[in-house]
Amino acid sequence: MSSTTAAAQERPIEPSFLNNVGYLCRRYPLGVAGSIIMVAFVLCAIFANYVAPLDPFSTNAKASLAKPSDTHLLGADMMGRDVLSRIIHGARISLAVAMGATILGSGIGAAVGLACGYLGGWFDLLVQRVSEVMQSLPLLVMALVITASLGPSLRNTIIAIAIPLIPTVARVIRSNVLSLREMPFVEAAKATGMSEFRIAVVHVLPNTLAPLIVLATAQLGSTILTEASLSFLGLGVPEPYPSWGRMLSESAAEYVRTAPWLVIFPGLAISLVVFGSNLMGDALRDALDPRQRD
Amino acid sequence: MAPVLEVSGLSTVFHTRRGLVRAVQDVSFTVNAGETLAIVGESGCGKTITALSLMRLVPIPPGEITAGSVKVDGTDLLKLSDAEMRQMRGSKIAMIFQEPMTALNPLLTIGNQIEEMVLLHDKCSREVARKRAVEMLHHVRIPEPERRSREYPHQLSGGMRQRAMIAMALACRPKVLVADEPTTALDVTIQAQILDLIGDLQREFGTAVVLITHDLGVVAETAKRVVVMYAGRKVEEAPVEEIFGRPYHPYMQGLMNSIPRVGSARGLDVAPDERLQEISGIVPALNALPPGCSFEPRCSRADARCKTERPELATKAPDHIAACWNA
Amino acid sequence: MLTYLIRRLLLMIVTLFGVSIVIFCLLRIVPGNIADILFDSAGLIDPAEKAKIVADLGLDLPLHEQYAQWIGGLLRGDLGYSYVSEKPVIDEIAPRIPITAKLAVLALIFSVIAGVPLGVISAVRQNSVLDYMLRVTSLSGLSMPSFWLGLLILMAFVHYLGTIPIYDRNPATWGAWFTMLAVPAAAVGFRSSALIMRLTRSSMLEVLRQDFVRTARSKGLPEGSVTYKHALRNAVLPVVTTIGIEVAFLFGGLIVTETVFNIPGVARFLVEAIRWRDYPMVQNLVMFTATIVVVVNLIVDLIYMVVDPRIRYSE
Repeated sequence: MSSTTAAAQERPIEPSFLNNVGYLCRRYPLGVAGSIIMVAFVLCAIFANYVAPLDPFSTNAKASLAKPSDTHLLGADMMGRDVLSRIIHGARISLAVAMGATILGSGIGAAVGLACGYLGGWFDLLVQRVSEVMQSLPLLVMALVITASLGPSLRNTIIAIAIPLIPTVARVIRSNVLSLREMPFVEAAKATGMSEFRIAVVHVLPNTLAPLIVLATAQLGSTILTEASLSFLGLGVPEPYPSWGRMLSESAAEYVRTAPWLVIFPGLAISLVVFGSNLMGDALRDALDPRQRD
Repeated sequence: MAPVLEVSGLSTVFHTRRGLVRAVQDVSFTVNAGETLAIVGESGCGKTITALSLMRLVPIPPGEITAGSVKVDGTDLLKLSDAEMRQMRGSKIAMIFQEPMTALNPLLTIGNQIEEMVLLHDKCSREVARKRAVEMLHHVRIPEPERRSREYPHQLSGGMRQRAMIAMALACRPKVLVADEPTTALDVTIQAQILDLIGDLQREFGTAVVLITHDLGVVAETAKRVVVMYAGRKVEEAPVEEIFGRPYHPYMQGLMNSIPRVGSARGLDVAPDERLQEISGIVPALNALPPGCSFEPRCSRADARCKTERPELATKAPDHIAACWNA
Repeated sequence: MLTYLIRRLLLMIVTLFGVSIVIFCLLRIVPGNIADILFDSAGLIDPAEKAKIVADLGLDLPLHEQYAQWIGGLLRGDLGYSYVSEKPVIDEIAPRIPITAKLAVLALIFSVIAGVPLGVISAVRQNSVLDYMLRVTSLSGLSMPSFWLGLLILMAFVHYLGTIPIYDRNPATWGAWFTMLAVPAAAVGFRSSALIMRLTRSSMLEVLRQDFVRTARSKGLPEGSVTYKHALRNAVLPVVTTIGIEVAFLFGGLIVTETVFNIPGVARFLVEAIRWRDYPMVQNLVMFTATIVVVVNLIVDLIYMVVDPRIRYSE
């Protein structure tokens, strides 16, 4: 008769939710770390009033250039303002400007790219030429000129950083849309009589979302840096808003010798946020890249 | 006729997130010098992984060769160190791949890529290597070999690229040539030329050829023996006439029956209402193999025993083995 | 080849024309011109004086005429006069160009020498400890604002050497040359090197997945040959094209680094001109920047065409 120990049916392992979380941590440890950093900064920004130990705007001549101590954990600047509190409130500005600019730029860019891919013709050609023009100017230069001509203000800074994003996003979305249009499933939808508009919204658009999100997250870091650079050069976010970049320009060459904490900490904050956002963006791109799925 | 290639109990697995994938299980076969062994099966049956395992080209972090031996001229390749294995590749055992365009480096000339091989294994001078490269191109019947050797892969047609690959693989006269679907990506007329070429070179150099394919027509033309694989295992083996004349395993029978016959539309030789035969169902996932026979869910002759007990390879006729309880 | 070249040159000219229009319009979006600023800052109130200045500078002409004047002059080689210093624009810009150029070239060399080998190592030992460390380091490099890096370097100078490096046109010693040029160049190039490292890494990973790498291994080639002769040769191509795009990023880095280190280069001058609303200066400087970017891109594309046999010998 048959052997007494029959082999059991093998089953594929179906990952549970906890398994999936563990999997994410193991496969994308850097991405998870980056997300944690970002979330921490966002929370700081939202709850700045509660998290910051002191009022970032109140000056205190007696505490001018105070070294890091119990009262001023990260020291105080030349006007006696607490550095830690200014950094926490600065998170609000930097993140708000960066996210605002990224969403604005990506949104407009995506719309333009979608229109180019679908309308084609003279509109497409015009947009292509304009994009080329815009992309032959370095990002910072273009942002500088825009803020200079519009005048430094919070709103103008957001606009100035958003505009150079548009051609980059539009180009990627446009090529995505063009290749998606050729795909069999779009042809199949057309064969069932769907209108072009419905196809665009129901079929094509969702498939451009993944690359759009990856692109936007990747741009987030660069928008934060651009805002910091603009503020550093004095052409970005103006008083009274606390901005990390401007904190660095105010303290720069003068206090490099006497008050290094004024230089180290705001810069560290910028680097940390951008670092977190880059880690997150990298992991997102790795995860959503279909070629790397196992 | 001593066998030049002896594969015994070869097993290769892949460690994936969704479990252990048993790509190749306990596969054994031998090939003599100057002979061609064909390994047939559908996509996913493990034949390509078998080929890569012979060359030890399976990517090792997810993959692992867990058991067996691969003996070329008596030397077990699986026991060699990395450096020793590198010496074997190209000089004793070589491989040609399915897609010649992507298998050749686009930035190096054809001649350069062949010379590389010769310089590495035969340790001669540049000029000698260059001459040998041109000779090989001549051997594989590429016209104007001198000129062609200085060209880049994209400048050659598909058929010529495959010839160049063959030239490269055989440049150092290896004992075994593993050909993974060498004609699948080519036009039918070129296919015949390439197969002829491989046959001629085999006769001239005495190379043992392991031909991986899913095309039974190719098998009929070129092979001496046939191994049929299904879901990672060998399920049938016999000389070519035997297996085409009387396949025992239901899978092979299904394959034979599903070949559309010329004239079937016009009712010659077949009944007017005869449907195109198919094998219903799909190949099982290699990380979720059933305890019994892997083919059982799709088999018309399956019974209760087939569900629980995996059939072993048994002799059904002289020099003809198959793994089936009901063959 | 020749037709392609001509087409690209024409495209270049059209693009540059587009840039000139864009920059011209951007600077004049907001009402309130240079005369007002000069006027207010000088404390003058007399409207007649103001009208004279306006007429002198040609600000009372309709916009398209102002544009035509500028472009016409540009094509003749006359870049106009600075509003601020009233010297010819060329005189202001020309001496500053070599300074920035030296910095830029040094930065580029540094970024390639550092970036490519590290990217290869990172790719070949994917997911190893070394790979992770390199990736984290390069990511930090990309995350740090260039000006902060510059400030940190200044701090280090102050701490260890006691002085801030001051720019000197003719450095006397090798040490001086090093501090003045190599250090700021490294500060600018650090970011670029991180980018190139990442790009080389991802390009190599992509290439190492290709079939011909497997073929190379199947021939029994040693890993070194597979990595360098076969894989890297292919992986480097996209990096070459990126260098063209890198130049644009580099300029941003130059702007802030020159500001931090107080180097009298063309990039820092741009910011000063913008602050002063010195239109002729800003216009011409931006045009200059755009021209450099476009020309470098063209050169890079040509190099790529020559290096990739698939394009060189396309049948």
